[in-house]
Amino acid sequence: MSEQRRPHILITGAAGALAQKVIEQLRDTCDLVAVDFREQVYLGDDIPSYCIDFNKRVFEDLFRRYEFDGVIHMGRIMSSQLTRMRRYNANVLGTQKLLDLSHKYGIKRVVVLSTFHVYGAVAYNPALIDEAAPLKSAGLSADLIDSVELENLANIYLWRYPELNITILRPCNIVGPGVRNTISTLLGSERAPVLAGFSPMMQFIHIDDMADAIVLAYKKPTRGVFNVAPQDWVAYQHALKLCGCKRIQVPSIPPMVPKMILGTLKLKSFPSYLMAFFKYPVVIDGRAFVNEFGFEPKRPLKEIFRFYRENKRPV
Amino acid sequence: MSLASFLKSRLVPAELDQHINRIRKPIGSLGYDPWGYNNEAMKYGLSLTKQIYEKYFRVQAHGVENIPAEGPVLIIANHSGQLPIDGLLIGYALASREKDARIPRAMIERFFPTVPWLGNLLNEVGAVLGDPVNCAKMLANDEAVIVFPEGIRGSGKLYHDRYQLKRFGNGFMHLAMKYKAPIVPVGVVGCEETIPAIANIKPLAKALGIPYAPVAMPVVLPAKVHLNFGAPMYFDDLEIPEEQVTERVEKVKAEISRLIDKGLSERKRLF
Repeated sequence: MSEQRRPHILITGAAGALAQKVIEQLRDTCDLVAVDFREQVYLGDDIPSYCIDFNKRVFEDLFRRYEFDGVIHMGRIMSSQLTRMRRYNANVLGTQKLLDLSHKYGIKRVVVLSTFHVYGAVAYNPALIDEAAPLKSAGLSADLIDSVELENLANIYLWRYPELNITILRPCNIVGPGVRNTISTLLGSERAPVLAGFSPMMQFIHIDDMADAIVLAYKKPTRGVFNVAPQDWVAYQHALKLCGCKRIQVPSIPPMVPKMILGTLKLKSFPSYLMAFFKYPVVIDGRAFVNEFGFEPKRPLKEIFRFYRENKRPV
Repeated sequence: MSLASFLKSRLVPAELDQHINRIRKPIGSLGYDPWGYNNEAMKYGLSLTKQIYEKYFRVQAHGVENIPAEGPVLIIANHSGQLPIDGLLIGYALASREKDARIPRAMIERFFPTVPWLGNLLNEVGAVLGDPVNCAKMLANDEAVIVFPEGIRGSGKLYHDRYQLKRFGNGFMHLAMKYKAPIVPVGVVGCEETIPAIANIKPLAKALGIPYAPVAMPVVLPAKVHLNFGAPMYFDDLEIPEEQVTERVEKVKAEISRLIDKGLSERKRLF
């Protein structure tokens, strides 16, 4: 063959907005295969797309057929989706299967998308948490255990199989057009609950910036765990104000009260297990990633919030 | 003119507004830093503190110029008076100095972030959870950090123990050595008399989840406050055993004790 072989990349979580941005960036230079746990998405004729459970045996056929060079694993089911058990199966056992297959078929680059939620929101968090900080979120809520376990697993494979070149990314709140996570839904709504008297510092990254970060990370095989966050910060309630949200105050003390209220209401947009994140700050330090990969976020907070202000959907 | 800017024009003198704008701070595009400091909130905070500092406690500060104009520095003081008024006054003395004003950061008790409104308010005016990681990252950021090594042992002490220094933790010395930050000792006199407490109801404090529950009058008395800033103390960053670190801490403690005595002798009357 005279032509150099284009890299073959498996992209998981393809139905998500972020994965689609990443696919947009890579499709001209790489041969992509998209899979998603939830649904089959049409991504054009050049990208085979599958709805597949990683734990099913047919998943291995994809590795046999397409001879992947790399994997970008964004198929983590968010804590707001499915039941705890199904999430555990998909996120933890599914990821294990994915990494086992990656090892078996000689994959040379794996990027795993995690989340800053793994650090856990506690009152005693220092600011600018770096990658070596302990992951406290499993102690906060059983709903976050699968996120921490997924990371543990990726870390074990990182050291056991260095040739996989695993990089784990822990981004701050990913927001922007098309993002369907909890925080994006809140910023996009007309009214958003807040815990009275608590307005923790938050960090936001635009979905396009995050896609840039993932592509950058994929292209440079530095192993390790990296926070991804721009060097900019804003208090939660101030962010809501800039997005044009009316704030609904939920009584915050004693701590039992908001837990009970949110537990009873079962608001999808303000789940009780994320309550601590609306109370205490989890400010991460993204400088290691910036230095290692030369990442430069381009969309400022003001632009992000303007998008939400101008695109209010009815609640 | 919006309500916010009207209020601001009435509450924040233009001179102070410009004064704070002149002080360089590493803040993001919306005026916040990672610890929650906010430039606009600081303006209100300082305007209010100005009244408290000048009119209520009629503070006399000596030697505030001893704090270096830039670079990391630890401002170490004795803690007293139930509420962290001493931190507020030291902070104002530095933020309002004519030449090379700086906005210092105070390390606060771990219980504050759990208190609604107050926790955020303190963060906005520069106070930060007293965690060694926070202190280290701030010194790396070239900030001036106020630390009370006595912690709640100092602020919660009773009136009959006034001006007796409690045990100093060694943490600040380790950080000063690691980040080559000079230490400026401060002797605070007067804050002991602001809320004289005669007892501490420990079971009540435990039940409420607060560090102490003093038996005191529910007012803050207008005691006259004297702040004496000592000359900067420099310590090398050699690897030394903990015993010698403690000796260095004792040196700082002795200097603060001397500064307190100086303040006490300067004081003509309590109020």
